[in-house]
Amino acid sequence: MSLQIENLKVYYRTLAGDVQALDGVTFDIADGEIMGLAGESGCGKSTLGNSLISLTGRMKYVEGKVTLDSVDLPVWDFDKMNRHRFKDLSIIPQFAMSALNPTRKIGKMTGELLDSRGVKHRDYIPELKRRFELVGLSEDVLGMYPIELSGGMKQRAVMVISTLLDPSLLIADEITSALDVSTQRAVAEMLVEFRERGFVKSMIVITHDISILYQVADTILVMYAGKLAEKASSETIINSPRHPYTRMLISSLPEVGVTYSGKRLAGIAGTPPALLHPPEGCRFRDRCPFAYEKCLEEPPFIEVEPGHYTACWKEI
Amino acid sequence: MSWNGAQTNGEAGLLKLDHVTKVFTTGTFGGKAITAVRDVSFEVKPGEVMSVIGESGSGKSTIGRMILRLSPITKGVISFNGTDISTLKRGALKDYRRVVQGVFQDPFSSYNPIFKADRVFSMIKSEFFPGTSGPEWRNKIGLALEAVTLDPSQVLNKYPHQLSGGQLQRLLIARALLLDIQFLVADEIISMLDASTRIDVLNLLADLKGRGLGIMFITHDLSLGNYISEKTVILRRGLIVEMGVTEKVFGNPTHPYTKMLLASVPQLHRKWEEVAEELKVPDSVLIDREAAAKKAYETVSEILAPDAADSVLVETEPNHLVRFAPEEAREIEPAAVAGKS
Repeated sequence: MSLQIENLKVYYRTLAGDVQALDGVTFDIADGEIMGLAGESGCGKSTLGNSLISLTGRMKYVEGKVTLDSVDLPVWDFDKMNRHRFKDLSIIPQFAMSALNPTRKIGKMTGELLDSRGVKHRDYIPELKRRFELVGLSEDVLGMYPIELSGGMKQRAVMVISTLLDPSLLIADEITSALDVSTQRAVAEMLVEFRERGFVKSMIVITHDISILYQVADTILVMYAGKLAEKASSETIINSPRHPYTRMLISSLPEVGVTYSGKRLAGIAGTPPALLHPPEGCRFRDRCPFAYEKCLEEPPFIEVEPGHYTACWKEI
Repeated sequence: MSWNGAQTNGEAGLLKLDHVTKVFTTGTFGGKAITAVRDVSFEVKPGEVMSVIGESGSGKSTIGRMILRLSPITKGVISFNGTDISTLKRGALKDYRRVVQGVFQDPFSSYNPIFKADRVFSMIKSEFFPGTSGPEWRNKIGLALEAVTLDPSQVLNKYPHQLSGGQLQRLLIARALLLDIQFLVADEIISMLDASTRIDVLNLLADLKGRGLGIMFITHDLSLGNYISEKTVILRRGLIVEMGVTEKVFGNPTHPYTKMLLASVPQLHRKWEEVAEELKVPDSVLIDREAAAKKAYETVSEILAPDAADSVLVETEPNHLVRFAPEEAREIEPAAVAGKS
């Protein structure tokens, strides 16, 4: 097991109280697994990704255990995590395009970054050039300022820099959402190639676009309102999902070939609950057509078939 | 002057673009010129949804802005019910805005966060319907909200941050409906919405065309365009590369760029490789990394040969036009040449 997360809870502090953005999450990622993490905005998917890297200002670690390659990660301690960041686990942040320092040339910035991790940057320059070439960036990019690169080029540069120290776990947060479809495909396929070449061992790919995950991910984890809804192989999630939320979500997605006049798709009525004072029991209850009395209790996230986990009383 | 006049007849297009070109000048003294839209001609009829699909920089939003008179036209004519819209001034322009409206990508930035969301309605009243009585106006708002399937008690008297993106976007469509519009420019209106609610807004647009509304649906997402539109225009760097009836454009994609787009769009039940194989898109077109590294192409799509300036749109089958280089076009059918760049 590469990554194990047990009952992780991370809340946001606000004046009105704690927003329970990530509320008791338990799952594993195997060695070499690319796990897609999908869900609507505000479901806690980015919170999960960020909490593994660094807890910022208003984020509050409540409880839970994170283990990476059998080593416990002190995710609640910003300074202690410095030892692991970039080397053991790394992130390609959301809006990676604005993650580059505009006042530094790409090469200089990367050098400073490596030095700050206690690594001699000179040792890594040949490897950096080799990897830049692999993703279709010429060496000259090292001498350029971020403003001289297009969005897709910046995205690729950040991907290479983030994975330069061959981390065990890479978190890719919405890295394809701001790109054109052709660039999107190239970037998504690069993620798979990074794993094939051993630059990273396993990966969490966070996105709201399930169809991208079907293309690149081995497994998909669906989150809803701070809780896990379902996890299974990509094929299973797309073709035979069991949680009502996943089923309704998949069937609401228009595809090439589906037309309004031929087959009218339906959305999911209602909106996700506010997480400041979330309702008891299953959080999808109010929007779920199958809800019954039992749903007032919280459903456990359990394995219903080998490798297929879901949190729904109807499926147990 | 009224747009509901006798100029409309069943066959004529509601909105017509005739060899429209837009050139932006950049640089300190306007030294550099960028052609954002090149010689674009198409027509939208009442009750028709036209998808304009393209990647960033293809000029799709620029076309929308020109139709809305937010941006002047460099060359060519955009006419609405037979009238050249660039000649409209003051009163006539206001009358034009009564019937042609736009809804844009980001619902959160379309509202002023200091005021309640329904202020967009009262602004319409003071601007366009100053004579309407209070009860009559409330009734009108009720009907518009009903048309976009919103519950008045949930959305009126609320601030923008209290509403969801889907609700805000539907409020903006309701605002446009208050004006008895005939044409709506929908510029990426659902790309910011969540998957579970975006389909509702899409269905709403499709229902509106039943009222005889013409809609220009601007998007980068082929599957969304395919879902609601009768006709599709594929734009690449300001130039139409393929256009026609949606089933034909997507069912029988002919231009390499259209094929490349179709092979790149992530699909739910088919992997990229399967689609690429079916469309016979060579892998080199998709990811020619080595070439990309050498020439520092910005996007993969630039690896495709650029369309020559003298390329032409050819009608390969009824209602399906594809751009070809002139020598290829002659081989197909010389008589069918529909337009020249």
